[in-house]
Amino acid sequence: MSTMLHLINKSPFDRPALDSCLRLAKAGSSVLLIEDGVYAALRNAVYAAAIGKRMAELKFYVLGADVSARGLDDSPLIDGIDVVDYGGFVDLVIEHDVTQSWM
Amino acid sequence: MEPWEEDSPEVVKRFMYVNRKAPHGTIYALECLEVVLISAAFDQDVSVVFIDDGVYQLKKNQDTTAIGMKNFSKTYRALDDYDVEKIYVEQESLDARGLTAEDLIIPVEVVGADKLRDIMAQQDVVISS
Repeated sequence: MSTMLHLINKSPFDRPALDSCLRLAKAGSSVLLIEDGVYAALRNAVYAAAIGKRMAELKFYVLGADVSARGLDDSPLIDGIDVVDYGGFVDLVIEHDVTQSWM
Repeated sequence: MEPWEEDSPEVVKRFMYVNRKAPHGTIYALECLEVVLISAAFDQDVSVVFIDDGVYQLKKNQDTTAIGMKNFSKTYRALDDYDVEKIYVEQESLDARGLTAEDLIIPVEVVGADKLRDIMAQQDVVISS
């Protein structure tokens, strides 16, 4: 079975891309939050619960540049989400067999 | 004298700009801010509202260096210079995102949906983005 990297670039408040991804991502997959998708990583926002439910089965990452751009460096992220830089983004794409962009 | 040069009674309309999008993922936030600043020159009664992901436009400490985009968040501070003083942020939108007025780059009036709907209902023109 191939490993999959899921890319989410839309705010969970604006589009249901994250909901669909969390519903359909197979255990062992990874989810990388980029662009407006990084808002899903905030511990104090309501979407923390949805991610929390799948935290044990999926590995979550967030792109640091997009966190800083949105003024969220001072905002706590959900425990267990790893912050990666652009190089880390590339590494994740290489490490997984398939990348799925939830447009 | 041409017809358009005649003095006419000054008409002041109530304009409301409703921001619902996060700042950097799309161009809507920046475009709306520019429209507000331009329209402020026309001496109208302007209100600016931030609801849903629009509240993220006002988040403090934005640093866009690493994404190579313009950091226009500081420009919201110019609204006061343009005499745009009616700036409303919806309480419910802040709550859902774990934010408070302390997290925002400018002073705003935080209002609940029950009050905001009355303010919206008083407008002559509403432009949403």
